[in-house]
Amino acid sequence: MLTVITERGAQEVQAESDVDALWMAPADVERLLGWTLKPEGLCRGPICVPLSGADAKRYVRADALDIAGLWRRMGKPLRCTHAADVWIFGEGARERTLALESLEAPDFTLPDLSGEPHSLVDYRGRKVLLATWASW
Amino acid sequence: MDSRADAARPWIEAARPDYPVLIDRTHLVAELYNMVNVPQAVWIDEEGRIVRPTENAGAFEGFRAMDRASRKMPDEVAAKVAKAKSTYVAAVRDWVEKGSASVHVFDPAKARAQVPRMDDAIAAAHASFRFGQYLLQSGRAAEAQAFLDEARRLHPESWNIWRQLAEPNETGLAAGPEFWARVDALGERHYYAPVDMQGMPSEAPPSRRG
Repeated sequence: MLTVITERGAQEVQAESDVDALWMAPADVERLLGWTLKPEGLCRGPICVPLSGADAKRYVRADALDIAGLWRRMGKPLRCTHAADVWIFGEGARERTLALESLEAPDFTLPDLSGEPHSLVDYRGRKVLLATWASW
Repeated sequence: MDSRADAARPWIEAARPDYPVLIDRTHLVAELYNMVNVPQAVWIDEEGRIVRPTENAGAFEGFRAMDRASRKMPDEVAAKVAKAKSTYVAAVRDWVEKGSASVHVFDPAKARAQVPRMDDAIAAAHASFRFGQYLLQSGRAAEAQAFLDEARRLHPESWNIWRQLAEPNETGLAAGPEFWARVDALGERHYYAPVDMQGMPSEAPPSRRG
């Protein structure tokens, strides 16, 4: 089992790491990362990254995708430990900027001091002043 | 934004706020909203639309004119700090009362133009920082260090990343000699970016007095 970190936290998943590759079942890729394997390519919402010819051969197997290779090819940040047991799949700069420029406030879920989770989307219908502070 | 909830706890308990205070141990909000410092804020309307993107929440960098031994600020500088804060708070109240009719609400074109643009190095820095924090908080400090160092190197304009990782001084603040050296190195550049807001004092950074 490996640990995959996304914006929604850390999750365990069955996947096979092999040097720079990380082979993961398409269903897990969809569940953890929101990207779906379709005949036209790897898709999320209206965006599809075509996977044909050499790309299909390199990144797609019968039962798994090399999601690490694909993530790098999409230009998104990816990090893993030396033992390849923990991975983070980050978002690209362009996607972050486009998300903010859409003016739809990016959602997140974080705990309060007692551990109770709060999501920004729960506050729809009210104005939100999202203010940050720190102890340091 | 605190990698340890216990570091934030005394502040929250002393303030006894009637609004939710969330603990962001990996600075996810800074990553999503491209923040570089505290206090920064975003105004979000009832439909979840951003009407003022990430900006300095009314802080004026008066601390730069502080006498570093006595920690005293000249009166005229302290007055500017107070004015910036009260101007920002009054603007928030105006928005709460008037909604989209408030003069402080940006129209969509202006709001889009005010979004701080992220580049590849910043996006990579946030991934490294969040990964390093995860490893650190999982008891894997030795492995975490390289990722945290990388984050700091890739995004030198983020005071959030730098100060979170810096050694605290005797008062628990990341305000030791290295912090002051970095502040001095700013020269004419701002520590808190000026706020585009009616009535807000916008001036060159104050210079060091002591």
